[in-house]
Amino acid sequence: MRILVCIKQVPGTAKVDIDEKTGVLKRSGVDSKMNPYDLYAIETALRLKELTGASVCALSMGPSQAADVLREALMMGVDECALLSDRAFAGADVLATSRALSGAVQVLGGFDLIICGKQTTDGDTAQVGPEMAEHLGISHASNVSEIISCSESSLRVDVNMGESSEIQEISMPCLITAEKDIFVPRLPSYKRKLKTAGADIRLISLNDLPDSDPKGYGLSGSPTQVERIFPPESNSGQVMLRGDPEELAERIFNILNVSKFI
Amino acid sequence: MARLSVNLEIAKGMAYSELTRVAKLCPFQAIEISNGSLEVNSGCKMCKICLKKGPPGLFEIIESEAASFVDKASYKGVAVYIDHAEGDVHPVSLELLGKARELADKIGDPVYALLIGRNLSACALELLHYQADEVFIYDRKEFENFMVEPYAAALADFVRKIKPSSMLIGATVSGRSLAPRAAAKLKTGLTADCTKLDIKENSDLVQIRPAFGGNIMAQIVTPRHRPQMATVRYKIFSAPARKDDPSGKVTECFIDDSLLFSGVKIEQIRRKERKPSISDAEVIVACGRGFKAQKDLKLAYQLADLLGAEIACTRPLIEAGWIDASRQIGLSGRTVKPKLIISLGISGSVQFKAGMENSETIVSVNSDESAPIFQVSRYAAVGDLYEILPKLIRRLNENKKPGFQLQPASFTI
Repeated sequence: MRILVCIKQVPGTAKVDIDEKTGVLKRSGVDSKMNPYDLYAIETALRLKELTGASVCALSMGPSQAADVLREALMMGVDECALLSDRAFAGADVLATSRALSGAVQVLGGFDLIICGKQTTDGDTAQVGPEMAEHLGISHASNVSEIISCSESSLRVDVNMGESSEIQEISMPCLITAEKDIFVPRLPSYKRKLKTAGADIRLISLNDLPDSDPKGYGLSGSPTQVERIFPPESNSGQVMLRGDPEELAERIFNILNVSKFI
Repeated sequence: MARLSVNLEIAKGMAYSELTRVAKLCPFQAIEISNGSLEVNSGCKMCKICLKKGPPGLFEIIESEAASFVDKASYKGVAVYIDHAEGDVHPVSLELLGKARELADKIGDPVYALLIGRNLSACALELLHYQADEVFIYDRKEFENFMVEPYAAALADFVRKIKPSSMLIGATVSGRSLAPRAAAKLKTGLTADCTKLDIKENSDLVQIRPAFGGNIMAQIVTPRHRPQMATVRYKIFSAPARKDDPSGKVTECFIDDSLLFSGVKIEQIRRKERKPSISDAEVIVACGRGFKAQKDLKLAYQLADLLGAEIACTRPLIEAGWIDASRQIGLSGRTVKPKLIISLGISGSVQFKAGMENSETIVSVNSDESAPIFQVSRYAAVGDLYEILPKLIRRLNENKKPGFQLQPASFTI
């Protein structure tokens, strides 16, 4: 069995501000990290590897710095990894991103199972996984909270459907997105770090994809376009409460009282 | 379509320190120094900040040939996918019908409801009390339970036959699985978790949502594709009142058997026990990183008890394992719209605010006067929650004593 895990590098903090006068983004700190939800996807893949002897490949799309999260995946126990990177992918929305990733999946070839995190902490859309499944023509299940069993041709899983939960049997090849807490992710190991220090990261660029027409990728392949960005509106008619703690407690009490919450 | 390019002539003449300064302009680290010049890598989000802040002429927008345009005139109407469990409609779908009516009326378009399931005639007739001009039903046994592949096939079939200009879907767990599957099938754009929607005269849907993982809102359009698809969380918009007299009609739709394939078999469905959910709470006490230790949360629990409130929190507290994940407010948690929310020690990331800013009354306590949470708060108390809360709790406890009379003169809001 071959398993692919899709992971993404995201900003280390959500601290991005906008200068209200100039409209310029100010991102404090330049650190970035692996999307925390992807750790659960990697752990799920590694548990299945231990169970079935599957091989696990990690794939990321992004600039060359994104290789950092692939190295981290190697340190956790992933066998091989690939970075999908090309100027032509800049400005990609969900459709163009999932199309590029699906192309890379075809290049790497032969996967029985693709595992994604349930969403990222920067885009927060939870859409790329299901769109990939559609591009690849395979079934998918979002928000898988438990792997019950795994055979050669199918996977039995428990799926969080919000108001209910379902036990589903999914024919492979298929794609699942892993719910947070499906397993406790392991830490990267120092031993693995030494062992994988020189490991190759396979680079995949636009020309390697089955469809290498740049019009289908990046900004030009994206149906959605960002028209403008702006700071969130602030509430007018706001009352600032200042004073010593005793005073503030009293004023909050009065607000609750007058508004009939007590 | 456009892409960003570096004018190499200008870049070659720049000092290294200047190149470094320019590279740092990019909030996405998409500008790299290479061979004494600059390169734009695939991290570029086309935010154009480098154009505005960099040396004139260094960055250029290269327009390439325009992609083909869809004939917008042949797409008409704002459609809402009706999320339901055995005919029990999820309230987010009614909220979207109300918003769809508002958008459609601006450009004189009809409102459609799309209902996929089994034995839904009564449900369809009920929807005619909620602003839908026409309800389209796909009713057959294969649709008895939500299954993403056949449902996406039905949605795509509906779009191809009826050609709605916009398609709104509730961002429920199933909606968040269905919408991307269908959007990829239709090769169109999908904007997740919109917090505001508007429409232009040319039927372009204006979709606003938090973006780039920061305190920024983005206005997103889908100018060259139809339908324009968007998901919206529960409790972002308000549901319209039920009209006594129904209006509009119900149309039955048929789909080819060959499109109903599903690689997923449902073996068992277990309805979860309805726990008190923060989405339905009228009063919420929300906790953030201002709490330094898990044990300190007892202050918040005491306050919640006194107010009959539900406890909620921000993502870091979930990640620390201090509070159950079902109580997280924000884009990766739940959206809430209570009558009162008291936020304690929450700075207010844009994702968090998007999950609660429609609350009726927001009271916030934070020691940092510039905390973004104050921007959406009606009452902004600048102070240390560790000092204020015990006093507020004591005050509320005193108030509970029988025979205690409030002195009206003490009202100083």
